[in-house]
Amino acid sequence: MSVQDQTDSADTPARRLERAETEWQRVSPKYIVVDVVGYVIFGALMTAAAFVPFWVGWEFGWILGVGMAVLFLLVIAFTPRRVRSIGYLLREDDLLFRRGIMFQRFVAVPYGRMQLVDITRGPVARALGLAELKFVTAAASSGVLIPGLPLETAEQLRDHLVAVAETRRAGL
Amino acid sequence: MSEQRDEPQGEPASQPDPATDTATTPAATHGISTSTDLADGEWHRLHPATPLFRGGIAFIVVLGIVISNFRDRAIDFFFGGDGDFAGEGDPIDFIVEQELVLVALLALIGVLLLFIAGFWLSWRMHTFRITDEVVEVRSGILFRTNRKGRLDRIQGVNVGRPFIPRLFGAAKLEVSVAGNDANVQLSYLHSRTADALRADILRLASGARREASGGAGTAGGAGSAGAHDLGGMLDERVSEFLAPELDPALAEPEAVLRMNPGRLIGSTVLSETTIVFVLLIIGLTVGIIVSGELFLLVGFLPALLGLGGYLVSRITRSLRYSIASTPDGVRVGFGLLSTTNETLPPGRIHSVRVSQPLLWRPSGWWQIAVNRASRSSQSGAAGQQQTTILPVGNLDDVRTVLRLLLPDVATDDVMPVLERGLTSSGRDEEGAAPDGFVNSPPRARILRWFSQPRNGFAVSDGAVMLRRGAIWRDLAIVPFPRMQSVSVRQGPLLRSLRLAAIQVHTVAGPITPSLGALDVTQAMELFDTVAGAAIRSAQTDRTHRWRSGSGEAPGEAAPAEPTIERTPEAEA
Repeated sequence: MSVQDQTDSADTPARRLERAETEWQRVSPKYIVVDVVGYVIFGALMTAAAFVPFWVGWEFGWILGVGMAVLFLLVIAFTPRRVRSIGYLLREDDLLFRRGIMFQRFVAVPYGRMQLVDITRGPVARALGLAELKFVTAAASSGVLIPGLPLETAEQLRDHLVAVAETRRAGL
Repeated sequence: MSEQRDEPQGEPASQPDPATDTATTPAATHGISTSTDLADGEWHRLHPATPLFRGGIAFIVVLGIVISNFRDRAIDFFFGGDGDFAGEGDPIDFIVEQELVLVALLALIGVLLLFIAGFWLSWRMHTFRITDEVVEVRSGILFRTNRKGRLDRIQGVNVGRPFIPRLFGAAKLEVSVAGNDANVQLSYLHSRTADALRADILRLASGARREASGGAGTAGGAGSAGAHDLGGMLDERVSEFLAPELDPALAEPEAVLRMNPGRLIGSTVLSETTIVFVLLIIGLTVGIIVSGELFLLVGFLPALLGLGGYLVSRITRSLRYSIASTPDGVRVGFGLLSTTNETLPPGRIHSVRVSQPLLWRPSGWWQIAVNRASRSSQSGAAGQQQTTILPVGNLDDVRTVLRLLLPDVATDDVMPVLERGLTSSGRDEEGAAPDGFVNSPPRARILRWFSQPRNGFAVSDGAVMLRRGAIWRDLAIVPFPRMQSVSVRQGPLLRSLRLAAIQVHTVAGPITPSLGALDVTQAMELFDTVAGAAIRSAQTDRTHRWRSGSGEAPGEAAPAEPTIERTPEAEA
């Protein structure tokens, strides 16, 4: 239809996926804490596991462990940026979701395709009053998971999504 | 037990299905006339021989083994003999010695009676009914199960005739609804009733308000009232057994596609399995020659047997394959001894893939698979999953099947695009996008060594087509009304080349419609186009009630409730 007469992208230098929308809804900055805590625990475990060869007697095994630790420190250092990149947008008939800086991903899900909405809260998120909203369609690969929403926002969003989905129902 | 008959009158009224009230009017109960008396909303029982087919046969076999083992002993008992058998500790000797013969016989008869009573009771307790809204099955003696499938959620109706039940004129009817293991099985029914009932179920599901035209389903009128004398019954069995797999009354001959056995055998032989096998033989021969050890042949024998069995079962399962267009959807049938046929109502196909393995290219053969929302317990043609709709066919067959499967997409306008999607190399025509497809830019060659010119997409009014692969060619078609969502993503590698990857999400199945290495701007354009088309098509799509006309307002389409309830209480 409309995509075929695209001009060659050579004169558009953009390498990244860009979108015209600017008014993205962002997740709460407090979610950084949740993410960091998760990565610290996971990273500590992985680093400990990576040090096992060193403890068993492999002389240069420490390189493995240190490498793992550095990797996780880098991941943790980028957490604020990563969290800032998460955004969603309630368009008229669909939900647009984005996340990732290095690995960008945009998803568009029509409201009518919604099968159910899940709200889950982990222990750290609960302590900070945050919740995680999952928009489930009949396709497992849709994968729309909005983390770090304040609980009342999440509940409002859930009610809104259910309401708009009801008016835009389609067959499976 | 007697109150079971009384239930149907009370139940539909006292348990109105709140979810379906919007979809059909209450008046529909009187509006539809059906061709069997089974779909009248009352509770019915299954074929009387059901317990035998469902496990009774195993019981009889065990009994037979036991009896045949005791044969010598019985002869000995009645005619006298040396009486020297297994020696010490033999239970029968023990019984004879202790003069417990009578007790033992009584116990045996008791156990037998118990089994027979169990079978009879399970048959009595296994009832089903088909109302205008649901198909419902109740079964179990101690642990009752109650399974309901919503008719407007039907993904397909499957009639299977395994070999032994088929000899007795019985068939298994399976109503597939969306979800894993969410199918409602009616096993077993009288063979002719099963076909008629399938037509009834589909007619009810279609939302039709009138008697369907055409002769589909009228054959089974008096299903169980068949001839009662033995000779007549035998005749009936034989003629049923020899009847063509596809009832000629069911579909117009020109709407039927049959498979040539030669092509079937050829395509089976030209498969990857055969290559692996040939390599194995070469390896073994070399091994034997080099080492001079003939015992290596021992390892080769089971492989040969296994492959032979696999090839034969693949071929016999797909013999008599046919695909036909019936008023209630596409009917796929196959099988020589055990036959299966499945009817897919319109709008139940979530995506289609036409693919061509490398070895099939010289003969121009293709294979068609689909993604569906339901899983059937029975395996499909060629021993593959039932997602393979066309095991093998040439380009003409592909065209026919695509028209059957996606009548709204594979129109005459779009067909040339689809064909180029299959066969075009993307390179042979001049210009940027000469064949209707937007292909990967040349800089994507690093990632798509051979398929870069072919790796592309096209968008029609009804579907998005993703073309991939230069060696293993395939084309994925996702109709917009069925797609769930769309995503575009980019990692560091793709970013360095100004590329992006797109994925269209459908229900789980063998097909993952995705396309990598597209130009970044074109990918984002496609993302927007597909997202917009998905919304628009959902507002106009009406295929889930394919015969109900335009009576419903767009927003009032059947709600996507959880499609199956094990118990009526689950709805509350």
